[in-house]
Amino acid sequence: MPNHAQLPSGTLDLLILRAISLGPLHGYGVLLRIEQVSGNALLIEQGALYPGLFRLVRQGLLKASWGSSKNNRNRLAAAIASAIARSRRKNEIPRLSSFSCR
Amino acid sequence: MKFLAYLRSLAAKFFHGSATANDMEAELRSHIQHRADDLERSGLPRMEAERRARIEFGGYEKFREESHEALGGNFIESFMQDVRFSLRLLRKSPGFTIVAVLTLALGIGANAVVFSVMNALIWRPLNVPEARSLYAIERGKDQAINHSYLDYVDLRDRNRSFDGLAAYNVSDAGLDTGNNPSGIWLMEVTGNYFDVLKIQPYLGRFFHGSDEHGPNSAPYIVLTYTYWHSHFQEDRSVVGRVVQINKHPFIILGVAPPDFRGTLLFLGPDIWVPLVNQEQVEGMNVLNARANRGILMVMGHLKAGVTPAQAVSDLNSIGSYLEKAYPKEDGNMTFSLTRPYLAGDWLGGPVREFLAGLMLLAGLILLAACANLGSLFAARAADRSREVALRLALGSSRRRILRQVFTEAVLISLIGGMVGVLGSLLLLRGLSAWRPLSTTAPSMHLPVNPDANIYLFALLLAVASGFLFGAVPVRQILRTNPYEVVKSGPGESPNGFVTRRVGRRMTVRDLLLVTQIAICTVLVTSSMVAVRGMARSLHSNFGFEPQNAMLVSTALNMAGYDGDNVSAMQKRMIDALGTIPGVKAVGSVDRPPLYFGANSTIVFRDKTTDLAPSNAAAEVMLYNISPGYFDAARTALLAGRAFSWHDDQNEPLVAVVNREFAAKIFGSVTNAIGGYYKRRDGSRVQVVGVVEDGKYASLTEDPQPAMFLPFMQSSSSHTKEHLFSVVLVVRSTRDPQQLTAAIKSTLQELDAGLPFTTQIWTKQLNDSAMFASRVATMALGVLGIIGAMLSITGIFGMAAYSVSKRLRELGVRVALGAQRKEVLQAALGRAVKLLAFGSTAGLLLGLLASRVLAFIVYQATPRDPLVLAGAVLAMSLLGLLATWIPAKRALSVDPLILLREE
Repeated sequence: MPNHAQLPSGTLDLLILRAISLGPLHGYGVLLRIEQVSGNALLIEQGALYPGLFRLVRQGLLKASWGSSKNNRNRLAAAIASAIARSRRKNEIPRLSSFSCR
Repeated sequence: MKFLAYLRSLAAKFFHGSATANDMEAELRSHIQHRADDLERSGLPRMEAERRARIEFGGYEKFREESHEALGGNFIESFMQDVRFSLRLLRKSPGFTIVAVLTLALGIGANAVVFSVMNALIWRPLNVPEARSLYAIERGKDQAINHSYLDYVDLRDRNRSFDGLAAYNVSDAGLDTGNNPSGIWLMEVTGNYFDVLKIQPYLGRFFHGSDEHGPNSAPYIVLTYTYWHSHFQEDRSVVGRVVQINKHPFIILGVAPPDFRGTLLFLGPDIWVPLVNQEQVEGMNVLNARANRGILMVMGHLKAGVTPAQAVSDLNSIGSYLEKAYPKEDGNMTFSLTRPYLAGDWLGGPVREFLAGLMLLAGLILLAACANLGSLFAARAADRSREVALRLALGSSRRRILRQVFTEAVLISLIGGMVGVLGSLLLLRGLSAWRPLSTTAPSMHLPVNPDANIYLFALLLAVASGFLFGAVPVRQILRTNPYEVVKSGPGESPNGFVTRRVGRRMTVRDLLLVTQIAICTVLVTSSMVAVRGMARSLHSNFGFEPQNAMLVSTALNMAGYDGDNVSAMQKRMIDALGTIPGVKAVGSVDRPPLYFGANSTIVFRDKTTDLAPSNAAAEVMLYNISPGYFDAARTALLAGRAFSWHDDQNEPLVAVVNREFAAKIFGSVTNAIGGYYKRRDGSRVQVVGVVEDGKYASLTEDPQPAMFLPFMQSSSSHTKEHLFSVVLVVRSTRDPQQLTAAIKSTLQELDAGLPFTTQIWTKQLNDSAMFASRVATMALGVLGIIGAMLSITGIFGMAAYSVSKRLRELGVRVALGAQRKEVLQAALGRAVKLLAFGSTAGLLLGLLASRVLAFIVYQATPRDPLVLAGAVLAMSLLGLLATWIPAKRALSVDPLILLREE
């Protein structure tokens, strides 16, 4: 069972960015999108998502807006801070793809 | 860019950090809720769905914490958490907290005191305008600070480096403001003094260079603010009033500003008088004698842009001119610059060295305190290993735990530092108010008022020592294996990692304890060496016997005596005091040995014809004495005769010299008797007697040549120096108080207007020659006591800890029939071994360090069996004291209770 520690560093960040690049999501949504994208191959402790998510927010790669969703629960709407994120993805996606080929 | 964003988010977190944190936590909770909803939708019952959601989420606390950190700005929050947690921990173990705080308070307090004394005496410039460019001029290889007035005039007028040079002298005189004449301290200063120092008057005006027109031309005085306040009640009409100094009229010109008390740190005058009027104040003057280096100090501001090195070469070129122009008077005229506050290196040098030594010792104390706390902390960390393991198991990071440990350490050391600084402030206030020489120089004091530097210094020390001892348990925490510790269960080995090594080799804690004990032993040993040296120096041979003798100092010039009257009056006083019942001998001397330094002069062999300073045979101490002085002072006559009243102006010049003089000039005592030597003015003097060597200028000096001249000949035309300061030595075994009363009535019968003071000779020595070693002994004694206290807490901590850790084992031993001795050995054997080891190391180091002490404290020899025995005894006593309570606890172990507790 692959876990968080065995992922190359930055992988989770990229997965998050990739997931959100399609549109704003709340935290749980990000998880669902990642599971969908990786075809349920990536099994991590779900909580491990959040430190990465907030790290990206702090670095300015994501923007967080705190608000309530329809069912009155707090959610995180996230969007890409476009330019920086794109440049970063360009640099890193090849590395990831070669990794995923394995 | 990233960094800016980081800063922005940090700032945002700081201002509404908790709001974001709440949002963040809400997000995590909502994640679990969403997940649970989804799982419920897929058919699970609600309860089961929520459980699964939590399991899938993983360590909630861990991720919450990590998210906190990831968001940034979390530092302050978690820091506050750490602080709160640490405070809680400290409150829970008040014993540990008190010991730790006190230990640090001692260490930091000692450093703060020494530092502020250094700060006040060495680093802080004097409170005068542009103090940084103010320098005093030193002369020659031995950096003499005194100069002759004529040399000063040449330096002042010929130099191109200074914005004016001022000179001054310190003296005392009788000031009569209309009622009672009282003794005051005054500074005789050159006319330009206030202008050179750029001081403005507080009231009235100052005198200037233009007021000087030759000897006794400027009968003006300026009052210090303090004197004006205490003696004139701040009466603004004093300006222009006429007062009498030694029966000469002087006009009060003005009052100096409150914060100006001259340029000597430790001695403030009462008034300032122009130096040109020295004759009226002291009855003699040095204005026309180039060879008389009677000016205490020459100082001035360097011109803007002139470096000290340039000024020195400028002064040296004047010096070589002076050497050529006045070969008889001026030799060795090279100059250097120094700070004027401590009278140059004469006082400044020893003070600096002594303070540097003290600072070193204070640093050692702090180091010992840190070692002490380090071992306490290590023990605490060992006790807390289960808690640490639990926190690790629950997902806390090691970094976080370390941060908490450091927070706790720095917190303790800050509290300790605060207590220490408070204590040192009290001590410093006492030190500032302390008048060490209240009888002889009441205005002498140490102005050690603390300033911001001290608080900063203490803060730095506190933080640094916090990190120092906080770092001790780091390795333990990093090595903690939560699995092992939790597995091992509560009773089995509560101190996890430590048990593995007990009894094998030295642990870090053992090493720290040994270090600490060694340092403390160094302190204890050196303070004992100092105290012992002090005690010895009270009973050593000074070349005179201060016990059972009284000094009566008179100032004949204050009572209006001059010329031959002085000699006549001196004889009358000696004769009169000799008639007091119980008085065995009376003699007079111009300045007793060891009385704030000594007069010295150069002498030549009889054969020498060119009397240039470079041809001098020796520099010798000079004493003008009366017949009977040797009896009164109990100075042993080795050969020849002492003086009689017939050795007066009509007889050939005679002298009594000491053994060192005889050996140096004549080769031996027997050769000296009847031999001749020459004085500076070319007069031939015959040696009629030889006395034993003594101590003259300081207790620590090497044997110095000295000559004693009959005062009846000194006041002859040969030397022109009238002897106004006369100290009568009265030897008697009578009670000092009765004797003082008798002396008083006798002298008042002779002249009711004669001011005089009486002192017990041993007491006077305490105030002058012994002063430095007294202060040193006191300081070292205090440091020794602190060291002893630290070693007690250190050993106690170690012993108490090891007993409490091994109570169970001891219980088992007792149950199996161990004797008291065996129990004690098991419980405290290690502590005692470490104590012995550390003490031995410290003793050796202390003996080495004491060699340094020998320079300050007279006869401080480390090779003193009494000191060795004393130090060993002291350390064993301290050890006994510190292990007493733990030992009692170990002996009172009740195996039944202990075993039942399982």
